[in-house]
Amino acid sequence: MMRLLTRLAPWLLIGLMLASWELACRAWQIPVYFLPPPSKIATALIEDGPSLVAAAWYTLSKALIALVIASLVAQLLALAVTVSGILERTIQPIAVVLQVTPVIAIAPLVNIWAGVDHPERALIALASIVAFFPIYSGAVTGLRAVDADLVRLFDLYGAGRWQRLTRLRLPSAVPFLLEGHKVAAGLAIVGAVVAEFVSGSGKVQGLAWRILDAGNRLQTAKMFAALLVLGAMGVALYALLQQAERMGLKWWRGR
Amino acid sequence: MTSIAALREVEVDYAAGRALGPVSLEIGAGETVALVGPSGCGKSTALRLLAGLEAPTRGEVRRAAGRGETAVVFQAPTLAPWLSARANVALPLELAGAPRADAYERAGAALAQVGLAGAEDKRPAQLSGGMAMRVSLARALVTQPKLLLLDEPFAALDEITRRTLADDVLKLWTQTRPAIVFVTHNVEEAVYMASRVVVMSRGPGRIAADLAVAGPIPRPPHFRTTAAFRETAEAVSTALAQGVAA
Repeated sequence: MMRLLTRLAPWLLIGLMLASWELACRAWQIPVYFLPPPSKIATALIEDGPSLVAAAWYTLSKALIALVIASLVAQLLALAVTVSGILERTIQPIAVVLQVTPVIAIAPLVNIWAGVDHPERALIALASIVAFFPIYSGAVTGLRAVDADLVRLFDLYGAGRWQRLTRLRLPSAVPFLLEGHKVAAGLAIVGAVVAEFVSGSGKVQGLAWRILDAGNRLQTAKMFAALLVLGAMGVALYALLQQAERMGLKWWRGR
Repeated sequence: MTSIAALREVEVDYAAGRALGPVSLEIGAGETVALVGPSGCGKSTALRLLAGLEAPTRGEVRRAAGRGETAVVFQAPTLAPWLSARANVALPLELAGAPRADAYERAGAALAQVGLAGAEDKRPAQLSGGMAMRVSLARALVTQPKLLLLDEPFAALDEITRRTLADDVLKLWTQTRPAIVFVTHNVEEAVYMASRVVVMSRGPGRIAADLAVAGPIPRPPHFRTTAAFRETAEAVSTALAQGVAA
């Protein structure tokens, strides 16, 4: 009984809050454009459901393409950097500058370069930029996080460079890479959404555009609906990657 | 007795200052030598010199054991977590270019030797501390080294496990009779496992005493209660105390 209550408690709280929200809206007659009651948001969600899912897929697919690009570039670069010390010093300052510059500040530039006809390119480019760093720094850290005594063993047994890379460094980096990809996937969505906001044109059919568009028309309930779908997408992706990381770690260390 | 490795007037300086020496030490083939000393006396440094993992600042290190004929066991098992016990043990052979099937077969035999038959496919995370240490030992023995170096190998294990492992190491020693050098700060363990105990003084480490331990190896039951064992342990303790005071 107590267990059931513990599991239900958060849902009860949410239900309670929604109910008071609904009641407050009706009792004080709050204008719908200012704060729509949950019932109106639910209606908007049902009406727009299919098109919102399509919009979500538009944003998600761009973020996933960006994730793949970022993953490939970041890992190749990290590999090159660990093999050559000079390369690391060369890349480091640029990497840091790119990382500390807020993505929203670069977005207008990238939009210009992508061109008015191809806003999706700007989405992918910006999402790639923000997804790049967690993977890159994870890979660099991971390739270095090798047990010092294991390195001594490889010295002792006269291992070559290639053997050290494939049999020691790459496998050691796996947990760091898993973590990096998990963080990067979340950031890729942030990057795609930011790019959509900045490009702000009807050519982009993503979720962020739906929020903007509904906002411009003061259709606040639709804004909430799009926001809900965006949040749900983020949670689903995070849960999926969390699970993937857990399974990856299990495969890596056998437990 | 032929010498398998030797340090001659060796000194090692680190950035923080002198870590070891001057030290001269000769390791004969088939000898079991314990290096005992307080923390920071350079015992582990001496071991790395003997392994050829480090070069001395001054002096000469001579090693008769070639590539693959020296094996090291560290304080931690130092296993690759992503590899099975068998693959971990096979690693030195594979790095030396042995075909996988052959390496795995010898690795299986080495695991059986240390009493781990049946655990070949377990990952390090699935093994207890003592079992992981045995895998580490099997990996050291699989190349049939002439020189086996152990750096405080049982320090992290409980008393019962370390005593069993000590007996096992000595039993394994009778099979191929490698020279064994091991570092410890446990006087009883040193006297029990070694035919010769080298006592080192506080850093920079120097040799304070070099004592022979009488008695057969492997040790007979109740060896720890014999008068010879007690007396040698006492002598080592005294030398250790003088070394610390010096």
